[in-house]
Amino acid sequence: MVRASTLAEVVEAVRAYPRLRPRGGGTKPALSAPREGEVELALGLSGILEYEPEEFVFTAWAGTPVAEVEEALRAHGQYLPFHPPLKAQGATLGGTVAAGLSGPLRHRFGGVRDFLLGVRFVDGEGRVVRGGGKVVKNAAGFPFHRLMVGSLGAFGVMVELSFKVFPYPRATRTLRAEMPGLHEALSALERLRLLPLDLLALDLIPPATLEARLGGFPGSVAARLEGLKRLLAQEGAQRTEVLKEDEAHWEGVRDLRFLEESPIWVKVPAGPLSIPRLEALPLGPRRYLDGGEVLYAGTGPEGLEALRRAGFPHLVLRGAEDPLYPPPPEAFFAKLKRALDPTGRFPLG
Amino acid sequence: MGFLEELKALLPGRVLTQEAALAPYESDALTAYRRRPLAVVLPERKEEVVQVVRLCHRHGVPFVARGSGTSLSGGSLPVEGGIVLALNRMNRILRLDPTARIAVVEPGVVNLEVSRQAAPFGLYYAPDPSSQPVSTIGGNVAFNSGGAHCLKYGMTANHVLGLEVVTPEGEVVRLGGESLEGVGPDFHGFFVGTEGLLGVAVEITLRLLPKPEAYHTLLAAYDSLEKAGDAVSLVIRRGLLPGALEIMDRLAIEAAEKAVRAGYPQAEALLIVELEGPKEEVAEEARVLEEVIRESGAYAVRVAQSEAERQAIWKGRKAAFSAVGRLSPDYLVQDGVVPRSRLGEALREIQRLSQAFGLRVANVFHAGDGNLHPLVLYDGKKPGELERAEALAGEILRLCVRLGGSLTGEHGIGVEKKAYMPEMFAQEDLFAMERVKAALDPKGLANRGKVLPEVVHG
Ligand SMILES: Cc1cc2nc3c(=O)[nH]c(=O)nc-3n(C[C@H](O)[C@H](O)[C@@H](O)COP(=O)(O)OP(=O)(O)OC[C@H]3O[C@@H](n4cnc5c(N)ncnc54)[C@H](O)[C@@H]3O)c2cc1C
Ligand SMILES: Cc1cc2nc3c(=O)[nH]c(=O)nc-3n(C[C@H](O)[C@H](O)[C@H](O)COP(=O)(O)OP(=O)(O)OC[C@H]3O[C@@H](n4cnc5c(N)ncnc54)[C@H](O)[C@@H]3O)c2cc1C
Repeated sequence: MVRASTLAEVVEAVRAYPRLRPRGGGTKPALSAPREGEVELALGLSGILEYEPEEFVFTAWAGTPVAEVEEALRAHGQYLPFHPPLKAQGATLGGTVAAGLSGPLRHRFGGVRDFLLGVRFVDGEGRVVRGGGKVVKNAAGFPFHRLMVGSLGAFGVMVELSFKVFPYPRATRTLRAEMPGLHEALSALERLRLLPLDLLALDLIPPATLEARLGGFPGSVAARLEGLKRLLAQEGAQRTEVLKEDEAHWEGVRDLRFLEESPIWVKVPAGPLSIPRLEALPLGPRRYLDGGEVLYAGTGPEGLEALRRAGFPHLVLRGAEDPLYPPPPEAFFAKLKRALDPTGRFPLG
Repeated sequence: MGFLEELKALLPGRVLTQEAALAPYESDALTAYRRRPLAVVLPERKEEVVQVVRLCHRHGVPFVARGSGTSLSGGSLPVEGGIVLALNRMNRILRLDPTARIAVVEPGVVNLEVSRQAAPFGLYYAPDPSSQPVSTIGGNVAFNSGGAHCLKYGMTANHVLGLEVVTPEGEVVRLGGESLEGVGPDFHGFFVGTEGLLGVAVEITLRLLPKPEAYHTLLAAYDSLEKAGDAVSLVIRRGLLPGALEIMDRLAIEAAEKAVRAGYPQAEALLIVELEGPKEEVAEEARVLEEVIRESGAYAVRVAQSEAERQAIWKGRKAAFSAVGRLSPDYLVQDGVVPRSRLGEALREIQRLSQAFGLRVANVFHAGDGNLHPLVLYDGKKPGELERAEALAGEILRLCVRLGGSLTGEHGIGVEKKAYMPEMFAQEDLFAMERVKAALDPKGLANRGKVLPEVVHG
């Protein structure tokens, strides 16, 4: 293992070792545990570099724990709307971007790809490259920052990241609805997706539970909560309940606590149309976030095998050797790899 | 058979080579630059684009993809001896799926058409460049186009879920998918904004959003630009997140009034704020906004009471660019970005530069995200004025970078700003872009001569 706590040390490490695997803190061990012949690069690059609350922008070292960032933002009533998962376990900004992970609150304003503004990274030849910028709007040059999202570190070691942030809602409430069955739950989900409800989160917990979170001014949230209850009753909800623990509940979801007992953790891009097919697979505890757009599931080897056989792209966060399915399109991947990491120093997952 | 003969055999009757037919393609909306292409081809299906690109690759002929040619930075300027791939005929919406909330479109589909087709389902396509009645999704993708609603909703990149791309070597590749989430590198996100240098987008999957339930649109008049700018900071400090925050200065207001008679009040600066969302939430936000605007020293305030009044407020703003054409025979539109808190400083400096160069500058901008659109007015018939206008525009770009911003918020680098890339990016950054370009396009055929500065090695 080699440790790097400054930009210069990262450059040095990259130049020194032919096979390197960056690791933030290892919350996604399927991705960060070194394989045969690889040297683990432990990143100690941590801390916020710039934060101007009025700009809705901050820049931090890639190894900064999400928890530290959120604490600084909260002091100014702001948050990371894409809600990076595994915060409590120590997830870092770099690991979140590299894995391309967003939590349940992505529903309101979008995922990590929508909030990343800029990056500084060390490519496979030890060159320091900057992409994007530090302003909320920018279209200059090739957007290397967006290339980093989901890249699993294959194009370089991120050292610095800039993000857009937003004001946190003044009040939040969560409604849980028990639907008669999957069919009804799905049709309610589809209905809610088409309405301008501005939900912060909308999750389906199979077979038949929906959870919707509202945010805004307290008065408005109360009124909208009543409206939402009526809507769900129309859709056939058997029971609705306003959660007592709002904040704590969603922190548990974003930390994927519902997966704790499972040997394999997997993220699957979904969508309401693919949910019935996914539900036919032998998966364990699971939850569809963002109106059904993404599934986080716990499973065993047979579930993983089934996902693959059914042709569902997925990313394993924990518990398997081969994290990414399918491999990225050659025509783009191989060429970008040649441009940024010609000797194949960084593994893809 | 030579290149042109093969081309004509591929697309019979859809290869233009006559002078008169080529003329409209000689420039984009930045008319200061003109170049005659070898030919213009009009593909109607993606297979034809693939074949044309492969032919170009075999013969080493450069090509420029073109949507509606509304680029303001010379992005769709033809390359000498190269061809223009005019994609307007590929204008079908292939699939609009309200349940999945997506639209799969061909690149020549006009931006506004997507929202029109989605409207019956209560959905719309959020990115709204002022050119949305004419510009194409392909052009929007290449430029990562923005509009008035970027602060809250992001730019085009945030609304593209998947792409089918023909690489410069003629390979067809699918990037991304149909879900809001993906796994593996975000190649479709990376492709958006690369200005046609990495290939031609032939099919685009867009995310659609539910149309907001309620809008609250307010127009406030100020006796100075600075006061309007300060009002923007106030709005943000109160924790509001409006859908749009736009400012126009006196010249821009005058021009818009002459062109579309929006009924704007006389003012040194107008601020447009639009709140949007669930009606209860908008009502609460509107109360906070009212206070903010009162504190900010606006001397006239108008709140739209109906959709018609809302459209009237937007009409002048959306027409401002073209309207400025009435004040001056020619103009250059700049597109720099500064951190929001430096807006006042930037505007003061632009005013000073305007005086120093002896050219008028009208300002229209997306204040919410610090995206300036200074319009530099000049007369191309007067010797030396274009050069002076370009020099002034260049100073504005340098200013934006110096203040910590960007050369472009949405109009792209094109040919116009490529010489300024080294102001914003270090050599290593530009080398990395060059290496990526060379890896995907070893012959340098796709939109040759754009974005990357000629001399990086300096
Ligand atoms: C108090 C505390 C408690 C902890 N408890 C646990 C625990 O219970 N269980 C546990 O597993 N860990 C634990 N950790 C370790 C913690 O998970 C790591 O610190 C975490 O930050 C790892 O980062 P990550 O999860 O974001 O990314 P990783 O899982 O480290 O990496 C994910 C992917 O991103 C890549 N990557 C990461 N950073 C970069 C970068 N900068 N550039 C390019 N690619 C990158 C990796 O190569 C990998 O492909 C704990 C840490 C602390 C401080
Ligand atoms: C009056 C006016 C107002 C404007 N307002 C705005 C605004 O508010 N926001 C904004 O962002 N822009 C604005 N623009 C600029 C312009 O409209 C946008 O950049 C738009 O996206 C260009 O679309 P187009 O179809 O005209 O593309 P073109 O000008 O034809 O092409 C633009 C670029 O895209 C490339 N390209 C086109 N199609 C493809 C494809 N399928 N694959 C790969 N590359 C392709 C071209 O090669 C070129 O580099 C405005 C322009 C005008 C004239």
